[in-house]
Amino acid sequence: MTHISIRNLNAHYRDHQALKDIVLDIPRNQITVIIGPSGCGKTTLLKSMNRFLDLVVGTHISGDVLIDGESIYAPGVDVTEVRKKVGLLLQRPFPLPMSIYDNVAYGLRIHNMHKRGRGLDAAVQHYLEMAGLWDEVKDRLHVPAGRLSVGQQQRLCLARGLAVEPEILLGDEPTSALDPPSALHIEKRLLALKEQYTIVLVTHILRQAKRLADYVVFMYLGEMVEHGPAQQVLENPQQERTRAYLEGEI
Amino acid sequence: MTNKLLPRPRVLRSLRVPLLSRRKTERIGGRLFLITTALPLVLVVVIALALLARTYPILETQPIGELLFGQTWHPLRGEFGFYPFIIGTLWVTLVSMLLAVPLCLLSAIYLAEYAHPAVRAVMKPLLDLLAGIPSVIYGVWGLVAIVPWVQNVAAPASKRWLDFLPFFAVTNTTGYSILAGGIVLAVMVIPVIIAVTYEVMEAVPNGLRESSLAVGATRWQTIKHVVMPKAAPGVLVGVVLGFSRAFGETMAVLMVVGNVPRVPSSIFDPAYPLTALIANNYGEMLSIPLYDSALMGAALVLLVVVLIFNLGSALLLQHFLARTQA
Ligand SMILES: Nc1ncnc2c1ncn2[C@@H]1O[C@H](COP(=O)(O)OP(=O)(O)OP(=O)(O)O)[C@@H](O)[C@H]1O
Ligand SMILES: [Mg+2]
Repeated sequence: MTHISIRNLNAHYRDHQALKDIVLDIPRNQITVIIGPSGCGKTTLLKSMNRFLDLVVGTHISGDVLIDGESIYAPGVDVTEVRKKVGLLLQRPFPLPMSIYDNVAYGLRIHNMHKRGRGLDAAVQHYLEMAGLWDEVKDRLHVPAGRLSVGQQQRLCLARGLAVEPEILLGDEPTSALDPPSALHIEKRLLALKEQYTIVLVTHILRQAKRLADYVVFMYLGEMVEHGPAQQVLENPQQERTRAYLEGEI
Repeated sequence: MTNKLLPRPRVLRSLRVPLLSRRKTERIGGRLFLITTALPLVLVVVIALALLARTYPILETQPIGELLFGQTWHPLRGEFGFYPFIIGTLWVTLVSMLLAVPLCLLSAIYLAEYAHPAVRAVMKPLLDLLAGIPSVIYGVWGLVAIVPWVQNVAAPASKRWLDFLPFFAVTNTTGYSILAGGIVLAVMVIPVIIAVTYEVMEAVPNGLRESSLAVGATRWQTIKHVVMPKAAPGVLVGVVLGFSRAFGETMAVLMVVGNVPRVPSSIFDPAYPLTALIANNYGEMLSIPLYDSALMGAALVLLVVVLIFNLGSALLLQHFLARTQA
């Protein structure tokens, strides 16, 4: 049932503590939504799950993150394997400087996955279909990806992430740069994908949380204040700070 | 009709005046920009025409093919072949590019992608400092360090181990050579190229790197497939900028290449770049017939070479941008 277990996780940026002793179990094949005011550590928590915190100079991490019971911080763990298993959608889309086709094929080529199973063409089509982009781009697969609209670019990034066959999808406010119809399009995709993937999303938009979440985590000033099934946390919060946030007081 | 009878409302009039004048300002501003943009272009054309006019006398006595491809430079006998100078310029530039560009790329990659912020903080002002050193100083350094090094170390080593290769034969034992010129030129342009390349790579958005790393690419794969292609147009501009400077910086090269007007066949041969020809001889021996005209011709050739160089890189830039455009 539990897919990701976070155990006593502390994260420091130099001497600023961004995460304080987080203990959390993230359920498999559900959408877990992390909410909380700006600067409370949502992005930091998310990036602890694919070893992206390693990229920031001066971070210090203690505690552990386990995926399927295996530590991703254990010595000898291959970070590229971790990141292959845990996809990440950024706040706004960054198409790689290459064609639409090559963007989706990028990870497949990096990991030498295109030689086994069905061919590269079929794989590219499959993942573009999963991301709901195929029909819009099938006639111009070889134009630079930068020519797509921002909404299409974000779906392309989704396809690129799906192509390396992850088990988990992280999203850091993945719709915040998009217009409402494009945002809804992404939401629809995520809802469809949770059958096969464990999804963890950060969002600022409470209504989006209500639409998507099966499980909700509320954070405040680096602490995890409350977590539980969406219904329970959003409708009937147990903590005063959660209630205040949901009612727009903090 | 009513206009004549009724005075216009005050408000309207006061609104109209600034509107009109603003439009006028905009038009004048637009033209001004056009003029300032066109000015350098006009200037290049004017310079080219002036040089052409001064070159005309020699073009009347010799066909252009003979000037460009003539191998002997003997002003007293009226022989003005530019070929050795053109080839000399290309050799020195090519050698310095081969030395500088890979080194600059690696340094810039290191600085932008791997170095600790503290290293960057030290390196940036250092590069600016190096870029600001007057070229004569590099020339002197070339004289006291590089020329003897070529003479005593590089040339004997090449004679022993690389003699069988084309372009590495040693017949000149003075050390004043294309290699010395190329090294000095490379050292001069390296800080400029590193600085520009580094800045261009730093300007590549972090989100692109993260996007690549997020699918499990390694750092090096990310640099190779994402950062470099994205930065390529800017890197190209950096290289061109460095060598545009190099073309102009006659002084340092002139001091170490030997200035012998013969077509070189090895990096250990001396050469005589076009810039050195003009700088060394203009104002002297102008009593020789057509000498002045020949030097103007050399300047014209240099101008054309630089223009072709810049145009070529602009086209290459377009090609890159069209491919990766984002
Ligand atoms: N690279 C960094 N260096 C230093 N401090 C950082 C860095 N990144 C984040 N922080 C700090 O860590 C804390 C948590 O940041 P984080 O980005 O996780 O917040 P967030 O909840 O995602 O905020 P937002 O909703 O604005 O995206 C903040 O106080 C922030 O200032
Ligand atoms: Mg954030």
